[in-house]
Amino acid sequence: MINFFVNTSYLIASTCMILAIKMLATPQTARRGNLVGIMGMFWAIVAALVSLKLDNYWLPIAVILSGAVVGVFMALRVQITALPQMIAILNGLGGLAAVFIAISEVLSKSQNDVSNIMSLIIGGITFSGSIIAFGKLNFPRWSKSISFAHQNLVNLLLSLVVLGFAFGYVLQDHVEAFYALALMAMVMGILLILPVGGADIPVIIAFLNACSGWAGVCVGLSLQSPVLIVIGTIVGTGGSFLAYTMTRALNRSLLNILIGGMAAPNSAKNADEPKIANVGSPADAAFLMENAGKIIIVPGFGMAAAHAQHALKNMADVLRNKYQVDVKFAIHPVAGRMPGHMNVLLAEANVDYGDVFELDDINGEFQDTDVAYVIGANDITNPQAKTNPNSPIYGMPILDVAKAKTVFFVKRSLGTGYSNVENPLFFASNTFMLYGDAAHITEEIVKYLEA
Amino acid sequence: MDIWYLLNILMLACFVGYFSIKEVTPALHSPLMSVSNAISGIVILGALITLKSDFGVVDTLCSYLACFFAAVNIFGGFAVSQRMLEMFKTGKRK
Repeated sequence: MINFFVNTSYLIASTCMILAIKMLATPQTARRGNLVGIMGMFWAIVAALVSLKLDNYWLPIAVILSGAVVGVFMALRVQITALPQMIAILNGLGGLAAVFIAISEVLSKSQNDVSNIMSLIIGGITFSGSIIAFGKLNFPRWSKSISFAHQNLVNLLLSLVVLGFAFGYVLQDHVEAFYALALMAMVMGILLILPVGGADIPVIIAFLNACSGWAGVCVGLSLQSPVLIVIGTIVGTGGSFLAYTMTRALNRSLLNILIGGMAAPNSAKNADEPKIANVGSPADAAFLMENAGKIIIVPGFGMAAAHAQHALKNMADVLRNKYQVDVKFAIHPVAGRMPGHMNVLLAEANVDYGDVFELDDINGEFQDTDVAYVIGANDITNPQAKTNPNSPIYGMPILDVAKAKTVFFVKRSLGTGYSNVENPLFFASNTFMLYGDAAHITEEIVKYLEA
Repeated sequence: MDIWYLLNILMLACFVGYFSIKEVTPALHSPLMSVSNAISGIVILGALITLKSDFGVVDTLCSYLACFFAAVNIFGGFAVSQRMLEMFKTGKRK
């Protein structure tokens, strides 16, 4: 009877969680989807506790509740701009849980050695990799690609040693080898993520998300639990799909991103013809915007860094209500530090998601746009991706802001973007640079618009 | 259970996952990841199952630690998703 209840609950739980993902398809159903997911998870935990037939339930329940308190506290306290860090931590904890389950399994001499070793290795890589990803997100100084001589060789050797130890464990059954394996997997995770540069982090966050799912699948295989396999696989395919979408939006491969950095740009900059960028002022921008028919705002990581989303929303409102301008937001898939990062920030500022458009949906509209307002984005607008086959970013899909009548770039300086490729758009005759903090500049423009 | 039986489940789940996630609008990719985080906390079932066997202090400790981290994932993931999704107001214009 208990078995029947437990198995039915597991079935209901996996159904609920698949439905939860399915309902995330549109913002109208997404919130309900999340609740369905919570229900499914609740059932699963209750069923698992019942199936244990323990004498004393206090300890497991207390542990789960303390985890709940920590989790909810983190979720409610985290700043919206720090969400990528939060996701990174959660990915890492998923991996860490898999590592501990694997160790506990080994100590209790379970039979499924291969899948257990896999969950240990994948879990370990996910954990340490996520810690590094968190560091890169949280401390700007880490965010550059960090690599050392012969790094790829070291990685290769390390993977061979890990494989050797894994086989050694299967053959010999030494618990010590298993602990060593856990440590080595974590070193691998660190070495794997260190070379990744800041702007590639969205891919890595999705990749680690996938890894935490695959680690769950391995736990499921070793414990022979279909629920774990189904849910783990869904998380794994989801993360993999996102990572794939992101790499396509960068026109690079996952391997290329993990090896790190961009190919060194051809430094043959035309030094003989000094280029001069037009410098605009917030007053100019306000004047052109007032008289525009259509404006497209292109946010990038700079908007997140300067917390400029509220000022932007303000600007869009004034332009719409006072000057009847058509204002839209255009979002590149890899803008920001995680998939969907810009959308969440704009949603936080109460921008209607009906005004926010994806790359393919809006790219045709730049040609009849009067003003493109690019705020803290660079590479994702760089025409070299289309025109210069020698450019490291060649082939990456870009937002065609160059086609707008006037382009304003809000930047802190005339630096190259993350990819270190010069953006010829800065020197175009219809481009004006607005130097300064993204939020401050936008607020200035609003002041002029309201005056 | 036969490993081939489990691998078949895995294969089918791959397709279910792919086809449901493909439908998610790019605007919701961040909540998608946090919901994924939450449901990947399902490994808590594995942690609870390993609780049943008691092979010394390290074994038990590992099970409880796994349980704790998975719980952080579940509750943190769902709570932060809810917080994000609350911000996506239904479109008025479109």
